[in-house]
Amino acid sequence: MASLSSPLSIKGPEYKHSLAYNYVLDQFRKKQITGERCCLAQEEALYASHSYLCLLISTRQHMALYDIYHGKGQHDTEEMSGIVGLRLPTQPGGKGWEK
Amino acid sequence: MLRNLVRFHNCLGHAFSPPTVCPRGQMFKLLSVNSKSYSIITERKKFYEDVSISHGEGGMFEINLDRRKLKTPGGKLFTAPNEALAIAVANEWDTQKDMLKFYSMHMTTLCNTALDNPTFRSKDQMITAALKYLETDTICYRVEEPPSLVELQNNEWDPVLNWIEDRYNVVIGSSTSILGPEIPQATMDTFRQHLGSYNFWSLTGLEYVITQLKSVVLAFALIDKHITVEQAVLLSRLEEEFQIGHWGNVEWAHDVDLYELRSRTAAGALFVHFSSESSTVKRKLMQD
Repeated sequence: MASLSSPLSIKGPEYKHSLAYNYVLDQFRKKQITGERCCLAQEEALYASHSYLCLLISTRQHMALYDIYHGKGQHDTEEMSGIVGLRLPTQPGGKGWEK
Repeated sequence: MLRNLVRFHNCLGHAFSPPTVCPRGQMFKLLSVNSKSYSIITERKKFYEDVSISHGEGGMFEINLDRRKLKTPGGKLFTAPNEALAIAVANEWDTQKDMLKFYSMHMTTLCNTALDNPTFRSKDQMITAALKYLETDTICYRVEEPPSLVELQNNEWDPVLNWIEDRYNVVIGSSTSILGPEIPQATMDTFRQHLGSYNFWSLTGLEYVITQLKSVVLAFALIDKHITVEQAVLLSRLEEEFQIGHWGNVEWAHDVDLYELRSRTAAGALFVHFSSESSTVKRKLMQD
């Protein structure tokens, strides 16, 4: 399996200042205390955060593999021939039909 | 203002726009005019430092890249109906490094589709398209051999099928014939009515999830929080996983597909949750 780079794109403890982190914590705090016996909101918050975690992890893994394996697109003719070890012919005098 | 910036950075002659999702899952392609060959814009240089969200008109949220407001590919101002969605989109833009990779920004893409509606679809058209997947639903399409795969399908897919039949009081059934299961009209009507209760944004997300998983049953199970995203993806790819277990895993094909499917499905599921739920906080004082 391709190894992932640092799991935090924001380095170090700065992730605590990111929007998403604060929002998620805020949501959990709001749903912490409830008068109900079975708290649906807490389960929903947990489910949503689990799904978000899945989104973040799978996007990161997908990008890691993409960078390794995905084709880089079309280069121009010189580069392409260079890749397979050939050189383009050169004719210093021009090909004859050029003006 | 974003458009002026685009003209200023006109080195490639491309117009800056992240993609939208067309119904059959094709990426919305933008052709460049000035470059040597036609190219599909998938990446762009990052041109901002900070991402933040702000309240806009009518309780909608906007995304700010440095001092400029984000716009949809259709030119409209990007507005999200609630904070959770706005933060998810802002986070996607924030995690981009030197190059902006639009194909990794699934939440942004979904919001753009819902806002622009580039193919001018109505709710009814989306519901019809979504329900069409039921006739060839992955869960209902069974094989007859090899026996270990048949057993796996029965063990994994039957519980979900039973759950949805109980939950929605419908009859679906599974079939091994090439034509797929016979879905009675009453079932279609029940689902149609249920889908009609979702708003346009949620329907966009729901149709996206159905298209990704190739199954209406799995999409409903996911949206109703009966199964997790990883489980839904696993069930959708059950035969592939079976073959991988038998023949081996190819990282550059199987893993790439798996993670891409997971990220898209997770984005779709989150999109539906954020668009369809609304929460209020009622503060009660403790009586001493």
